[in-house]
Amino acid sequence: MTSTGTVQPGGAAAVEGLETAGRAVQPKRIRRRGGWFAWITLGVVCFLWLVPSIGLLITSFRTPEAALTSGWWTVITKPFQDWTTSNYSQVWNGGGSNAFVNSLVVSLPATVIPIFIAAFAAYAFTFMEFPGRDLFFILIVGLLVVPLQVALVPLLKIYGNIGLQGTFASVWLAHAAFGLPLAIFILRGYMTTLPRGVIESAKIDGASHYQTFWRLIVPMSVPALASFAIFQFLWTWNDLLVALIFLGPGEKEVLTVAVAGLVGAQQQGWQLITAGAFISMVVPLLVFLGLQRYFVRGLTAGAVKG
Amino acid sequence: MIKVINALLAIVGGVAGILVLYWVLNFLAERLPGKWEGRLKPYFYILPALAAIGLFLIYPAIQTIIYSFANPTSTKWVGLKNYTDLLTTKDFQITLVNTLLWIIIVPTFVVVLGLAVAVLADRLSSGGERVSKTIIFLPMAISGVAMAAIWRFVYEVRPAGTTQIGLQNAVWTGLGGNPVAWLQEDTFKLNTFFLMIILIWGQTGFAMVLLSAAIKGVPEDTLEAARIDGANERQTFFRVVVPQIWGTVITVFITVLIGVMKIFDVVYVMTGGNFNTNVIAVSFFNQLITNGDAGKAAAIVVMLMIAVIPVMIYQVRHFRAEEASR
Repeated sequence: MTSTGTVQPGGAAAVEGLETAGRAVQPKRIRRRGGWFAWITLGVVCFLWLVPSIGLLITSFRTPEAALTSGWWTVITKPFQDWTTSNYSQVWNGGGSNAFVNSLVVSLPATVIPIFIAAFAAYAFTFMEFPGRDLFFILIVGLLVVPLQVALVPLLKIYGNIGLQGTFASVWLAHAAFGLPLAIFILRGYMTTLPRGVIESAKIDGASHYQTFWRLIVPMSVPALASFAIFQFLWTWNDLLVALIFLGPGEKEVLTVAVAGLVGAQQQGWQLITAGAFISMVVPLLVFLGLQRYFVRGLTAGAVKG
Repeated sequence: MIKVINALLAIVGGVAGILVLYWVLNFLAERLPGKWEGRLKPYFYILPALAAIGLFLIYPAIQTIIYSFANPTSTKWVGLKNYTDLLTTKDFQITLVNTLLWIIIVPTFVVVLGLAVAVLADRLSSGGERVSKTIIFLPMAISGVAMAAIWRFVYEVRPAGTTQIGLQNAVWTGLGGNPVAWLQEDTFKLNTFFLMIILIWGQTGFAMVLLSAAIKGVPEDTLEAARIDGANERQTFFRVVVPQIWGTVITVFITVLIGVMKIFDVVYVMTGGNFNTNVIAVSFFNQLITNGDAGKAAAIVVMLMIAVIPVMIYQVRHFRAEEASR
């Protein structure tokens, strides 16, 4: 499925982590020697890829005076001079901890709420026959690429009218609904790869759809559920647009909004950008390093999201 | 603390509410007489999802189209004025050109770079492959805002004569140039290209992962056959490997393209769309929030929707072909 490729994620055959996927398929694959050319080129590319992040990391531990008067690379010649953790404590105590909690408060419910709604719909689309099924599903596939901007102008007005504007609930509902097409798509893609025989025999044994769903399909779909959950969590954690429009800066600002504010503030509090950015990156990086396999599958599955 | 408790309540309450809802729906479906149970149950299962999608995506999309023909507060019809106003201003024309450049350049570079890295990484030892792929993939995990913060320190400029603390200017002045405010330098759209670099840096890992999996899926015997026929490495790659992974190349290109069409955070944080770097999603945000003009904001979204239609048709077609071949 991956080699023919659609913008079709989710199936069990989707990418299996960063380690050499496809090894299982071709156990005797011969590794072509690239020799020094591949090593040197990739070495240079990796170096270039890392340098900007390393610069930010080093700067985040330098005193404001040092950061503003000399390049971060000068620490190589005089390591551990002028180094401090005060940027972090300053950001953390000056609203950073509040924004961190807000980010969690936004992301967790926005991740959990859509999962079962999507799972039930995906079950119906996979294992039940009904008129209009294909049509509805084509609608979902089409909606995958629709940018979420299409919903923002009216939602802003509706939320304003019913007093939801500026509440966490407004963001939960928006994120949960925006995530549904993708969730249904991923889960259905996965469920179609489950062995039909198991479901058939459950039916013969007299299990209802409801029982089959809870006792068989949900436990068997855990990898896909996890992939979606991780993707949705990071999507909402990293989102700027929705948080900026519905929550804005201030008491309820999330980390992305807070850091965007710091970067926009030009010179003042400049050194705080670095620490703020790293605080916002900690959670995604931990998720990435800890759950790489699910993470990659979810990301590659979800990159089409609108 | 209150909001943490609220969030926990939302999780517990949300999940419990949803579970109860489906239990009730299922209970009702099972009480239906005879055939009707089987006929209606599927609709009961998909109803909540479709209702949410209808309420939060489809209805607002239609409403957006309607607003695009109305004034800033959506109280009076103005016909096509929002569209003509936008399309005749120089700023918005520049915005469209910029967005078009983003759409062409970023996916192309991402695919080419991702493919190059995937091919080269395939030739390292498996340890080297894993490490290099992890490094290149890492930026995929972080937000556009964090990417912008990282690159802010690469493009930073200080007045001539003082120490440059931005990497690019340090190198540039080291080579004898005068310090340049890279993000304000709009000759040849230079600043827009510097912004694109940030996204290319962020997205190459995604292309690499998908393309690498595709390359490893190319059957060994087709390569062997080409070599026996006397093809060199380059010919084997372009004539045997590339045609077999072409589907994935297109997939990656389109996926990145969809993301680039609505690129927001990087541009918003780095330049706010100033210095002629504006793109359509930032322009939308500025109209909606800064100018409070729902009409123009809606008109911009409608243009975006129209631009997405071909991709959507492609997506649906491809999905159907894939389904049919299964």
